[in-house]
Amino acid sequence: MTTIDRPVARVKFPRWRLSLKQQEGMAFYLFASPWIIGFLIFTAGPMLSSLILSLTQYQIIRPPEFIGLANYKRMFLEDPLVWHSLRVTAFYAMGSVFLTVTVAFLTAMLMNQRIFGISVFRTIFYLPTSISGVPLAILWMWIFNPEFGILNLALRVFNVQGPDWIWSPVWVLPAFMIMGVWNMGGAMVIFLAGLQGIPQHLYEAVELDGGGVFAKFRHVTLPMVSPVIFFNIVMSIIGAFQTFTNAYVMTAGGPGNASLFYVLYLYRNAFLYEGMGYACALAWLLLVIVLALIFVVFRSSSYWVYYEGELVR
Amino acid sequence: MLAAEPKAVTGIWWWRGKTFRRGAQRVIATALILIGAGIFLVPLFWMVRTSLMPGGEVFLQPIRWIPSRLLWENYPKALKVIPYLTFLRNSILITSLSIVGAIFSSCLVAYAFARLNGPGKRVWFTLLLITMMLPDAVRLVPTYLLFRVFGWLDTYKPLIVPHFFGSAFYIFMLRQFYMTLPRELDDAAKIDGCSFFGIFWRLILPLSKPAVATVAIFSFYSSWNDFMEPMIYLNTMEKYTLPLGLTFFVNVRGRTEWNLLMAASVLPIIPCVVLFFLSQRFFVQGVSLTGLKG
Repeated sequence: MTTIDRPVARVKFPRWRLSLKQQEGMAFYLFASPWIIGFLIFTAGPMLSSLILSLTQYQIIRPPEFIGLANYKRMFLEDPLVWHSLRVTAFYAMGSVFLTVTVAFLTAMLMNQRIFGISVFRTIFYLPTSISGVPLAILWMWIFNPEFGILNLALRVFNVQGPDWIWSPVWVLPAFMIMGVWNMGGAMVIFLAGLQGIPQHLYEAVELDGGGVFAKFRHVTLPMVSPVIFFNIVMSIIGAFQTFTNAYVMTAGGPGNASLFYVLYLYRNAFLYEGMGYACALAWLLLVIVLALIFVVFRSSSYWVYYEGELVR
Repeated sequence: MLAAEPKAVTGIWWWRGKTFRRGAQRVIATALILIGAGIFLVPLFWMVRTSLMPGGEVFLQPIRWIPSRLLWENYPKALKVIPYLTFLRNSILITSLSIVGAIFSSCLVAYAFARLNGPGKRVWFTLLLITMMLPDAVRLVPTYLLFRVFGWLDTYKPLIVPHFFGSAFYIFMLRQFYMTLPRELDDAAKIDGCSFFGIFWRLILPLSKPAVATVAIFSFYSSWNDFMEPMIYLNTMEKYTLPLGLTFFVNVRGRTEWNLLMAASVLPIIPCVVLFFLSQRFFVQGVSLTGLKG
C-alpha cells in the first residue's frame, strides 16, 4: 500500500445534465408556476371569455346566444343608465380623489414636523384605514342620519341646517366623498414617506437664495414629491371607479339612481337582470376607461413630474 | 432678505426673527394637528358611544355625548339578532385559509421573480404589473361562470382557492423585498451546494419575516372585510361571512335599534384595529424595506 485511501470528491458531467442556466430557467418556471397558472385560469382566461361573452346574450339557464355587437349598440345608444352611472362614478372619482389627495398631502406636511408625540397623531390619522367594508358603511349611515347623526348635529351647533346626505339626490355623492376623506391615511403615509425622502440641503439652498415658505414649497417640496402624488392619483382614480360595497349597502344606488355607481349597475345587470353578456360588455367598457385614464395621466406626467436623475431641461 | 439673519432680533420687528417664525409655525401646526386628529376620532367615538347606550337615549335631544351608563349588555344582545357566531366562525375559517394560501404562493412566486432568471421572465413580470392595475369587475362574470362550471357555487372554494395561486400585489411587494437581500448570501449558499429551493427555504424565508407579516396583514384585511365575493358565491345563510350577515342586521332591526347595530358593527372591527396597532412596527419596516416609498 503506497497511498492511503481518502475520499475524494469526483464531479461528474454526464452529457444529459442541464447547464446551470437551464436549471435556473426550470426553477424559475417551477417557482412561478402557481401564479402563471393562476393568471391563465383566473385572469387571462376570464378576460378573454368576457370579451367573447360580451358578444352574446347570456341568461344563465340557457346557453349563450351569439348576437354580435348588439350589446355594445345597446350600451352606447339605447341605455341611458350606462352614461348616467358613468357620470356618477366619474363625478365621484374626480371629487373624491381631489379631496383625498389634497387633504392627505397637507396632513402629511403637518406630520412631517418634529413635534413631540407626532407618531401618535400619525397613528390616529392612519387608523381609519384599518376599518372598511360593511361595518364602515353602517357607521357612516349612522353618521349621515339627518336627524340624529353626528354630522348634522355638529352643523346644528353652527346653526346650519344639515342636508339629508345619502338620502338626498344632491348630497349623496358629496357624502361618499367625505367618507373617502376619512380613509386618507393610506395616501398620507405614502406622501409622508415621500416628504421624508427630500434631502434637507435643497431647502437650505432655497433659504440661501432668499426664499420663504412658499418658495420652498414650490421649488423643492412639490417637484420632489410629484412622482408620489402622481402614483397616488392614478391608484385613487382606479380605486374610485370600482366603488361597490358602499353604494350597495348604504344607498342601493339611490335615491333615484343618484348614486348608481358603474360597478353596481354592472353587478345588477349580471345577477339581477340576468344579462351576463351585457354585463361583460359593460366590464370591457370599464376596462377601456381605466386604461385610458392611466394612459392620460402617464402621458401628461412628463410635464409636471420630476424624477431624480432626469436631466434638467 | 440677506442670508444670515440675526438669531434673536430685538426691537420693533420681533415677529420677523427666525426663532419666532419657527416657533409660530410649530404652534400653528400643532393646533391644526390637534383639531384634525380630534375630527378624525369623532366617528369612532360616536360608534362606540352609541353601542353602549340604552335604546331610548340614542334619540335624545339635545344629544348625550356620554351614555348615562355603559350598557355592555348591548353586545351579547346584538349577537342574538342574527346568527352572529355562525357568521364569525365562517369568516375566521375563510380568512385564515386565504392568508395561508396567499403567503405560500406569493413567497414562492416572488422568489422566482427576484432571484431566478428564465426565458420570458420580462413578459411575465410586465403581465404581473398589469394585473395589479386591472379592475376586478372585468373578471367578475366569467370567473363566476367558471366556478359555476366547477360546481363551486355556494361553497367556500371560490373564496379560498384563488389565493393559493398568488396575488399580483403581494408578489410584487415580496419581490421588492427579496431584492434588497444581498445576492452574496445566495452565492455563498450555492458554493456550499445549496439548491434553489434550499436557498429559498433556508435563507430567504427566515430573513423575510417582516415582509411576510405585512402580506399576512394585508391579506387578512382583504379577506375579512370582503363583501362582494361572498355575496356572489354564497347562497345559504349558514355559510355567510360576517360582512354579509351584518347587512341582514340593518334590515331586521338596524333602522330602529342603532345601539345594537353599532355594537354588532364594532365587533368585526376589533380584530382589524388590534392588528393595526400590533402591526405598526412591522408595517413601517415592511413598507420601507419593499421600497414602496418612492
